[in-house]
Amino acid sequence: MKIVVCIKQVPDTKGGVKFNPDGTLDRGAMLTIMNPDDKAGLEAALRLKDQYGAEVTVLTMGLPKAEEVLREAMALGADKGILVTDRVLGGADTWATSTTLAGALRNIDYDLIITGRQAIDGDTAQVGPQISEHLNIPVISYAQDIKIDGDSVIVERQYEDRYHVVKAKMPCLITALSELNEPRYMTPGGIFDAYKQEITVWGRADLKDVDDANLGLKVHLPRSQKHLIR
Amino acid sequence: MNLEEYKGVYVFAQQVDNEISSIAFELLGKAKDLAKDLNTDVTAMLLGSGVKGLADQLAEYGADKVIVVDDPELKDYRTEPYAHALASIINKYKPEIVLVGATAIGRDLGPRVSARVATGLTADCTVLEIGDFPLQAIPGQEQLHNQLLMTRPAFGGNTIATIACPYNRPQMATVRAGVMQKIEPIKGAKAVVEEFNPGFTPDNKYVEILEVVKAVTDTVDIMDAKILVSGGRGVGSPENFKILEDLAEVLGGTVSCSRAVVDAGWKPRDLQVGQTGKTVRPNVYFAIGISGAIQHVAGMEESDIIIAINKDEDAPIFDVADYGIVGDLNKIVPKLTESLKAAIAAAK
Repeated sequence: MKIVVCIKQVPDTKGGVKFNPDGTLDRGAMLTIMNPDDKAGLEAALRLKDQYGAEVTVLTMGLPKAEEVLREAMALGADKGILVTDRVLGGADTWATSTTLAGALRNIDYDLIITGRQAIDGDTAQVGPQISEHLNIPVISYAQDIKIDGDSVIVERQYEDRYHVVKAKMPCLITALSELNEPRYMTPGGIFDAYKQEITVWGRADLKDVDDANLGLKVHLPRSQKHLIR
Repeated sequence: MNLEEYKGVYVFAQQVDNEISSIAFELLGKAKDLAKDLNTDVTAMLLGSGVKGLADQLAEYGADKVIVVDDPELKDYRTEPYAHALASIINKYKPEIVLVGATAIGRDLGPRVSARVATGLTADCTVLEIGDFPLQAIPGQEQLHNQLLMTRPAFGGNTIATIACPYNRPQMATVRAGVMQKIEPIKGAKAVVEEFNPGFTPDNKYVEILEVVKAVTDTVDIMDAKILVSGGRGVGSPENFKILEDLAEVLGGTVSCSRAVVDAGWKPRDLQVGQTGKTVRPNVYFAIGISGAIQHVAGMEESDIIIAINKDEDAPIFDVADYGIVGDLNKIVPKLTESLKAAIAAAK
């Protein structure tokens, strides 16, 4: 089984945030962590790996510095890391981000994609469901438990006053809640190994079936949204 | 895209177990304001199985028109058939604005539909208004009027962003539960009801629901509480919430908390007030050891009376508080509890 976990390096919002003159976040100037919901998603993938055997790839999009979060994931037990980084992808909103990640995912074999429910910087919870739409696969959001059953997943999908036990055929995308589990800690050996491994770096040219009009800050024009910080 | 073709304010009228969710009425209340500013009408989109009879309720809360998609595939919420129904309505009727509740359903449905109809989606809005884009005219750039301006706290509540979607339609937003006001229902109001069925062809995206497990809970939902005693990081430890519980008990209130407390693992997420927690509007809100970050204030500023206790006199919570006490909460809260106990005993 092949699992891809989408993770994001986010500013540690407890430390305050800094902005660029155009109102976008100055990510370079802040302390960063692995987004907590994504970390739960990674832990879920690593548990599936422990239980059923799987190859776990972590995928992120960001500044070159986002390599750190891939190394952290590999130290925890992920097998491969892919960083999508390119100046033309900067300033992306959720539409551009999901388009970019879908473009990267089209190059990868996967049975299961796991994302965090939402990132603590944007709190939008949009990117996971939007990736699934771009890839035309089912999505199960807000997972509080994940099991594998042959070629299907069985997931407890949380709602405000109930949960549904849902079965979906793979390939499928799941968004994970930080309540899903308690992430493991890195081991010294894991950290050592993580720094010996190669990380794959992709740019704009490596994204598959993606239109330039849907990427980065430019999307503000045809389709997407304009921020006005007031 | 011809933006002029897109007309009307549309609301996703969420129902669960064939009972309309409160958020649907809240969205209708807001939609009515927006429609008035745009001189257009309000349409509710009602999806489910055997739900047609609910249309009158939506009319009483402000819908001029109700589009009903009634199909057994829509019995319990599943992403794909709901997304297909909503996207089909949007493609056929071309609404100018689409509002969806930021619920566990809406936050899954909204992004999937927005990606399908290729428009932007602003998440978890707390303010919606009609205005100009850019807000102030910029020389050399045309200022567009009658735009939906969508406001939400962002970046962990450290700022508030107002977002527009000026060059694409529909303008789409998910809206926080408990923020917008329902109208007083108009008894006997009727809406134009139109049935629409886009046809459902199950494929790999139709997941199978094996079981529906309803939660049994004996705790009061903080959104329904009349008195909330809310604690922040300043309370210092999970054990120290005892003094807040004592105060809540004397007043017949409920304990809630800030995001920092949940992040620290002191309290469960369902007690969290704020942008990423719940929006509350109790009669009395105690903010104890809470500094008052924008993201917290966004979830409680509509409370009738706000009483803040904080050792930092410059804490932003005092800007929204009706009463403020500067000092050590460990001394003030127990004294307050004792005084209230005495006062209640004296009144008996």
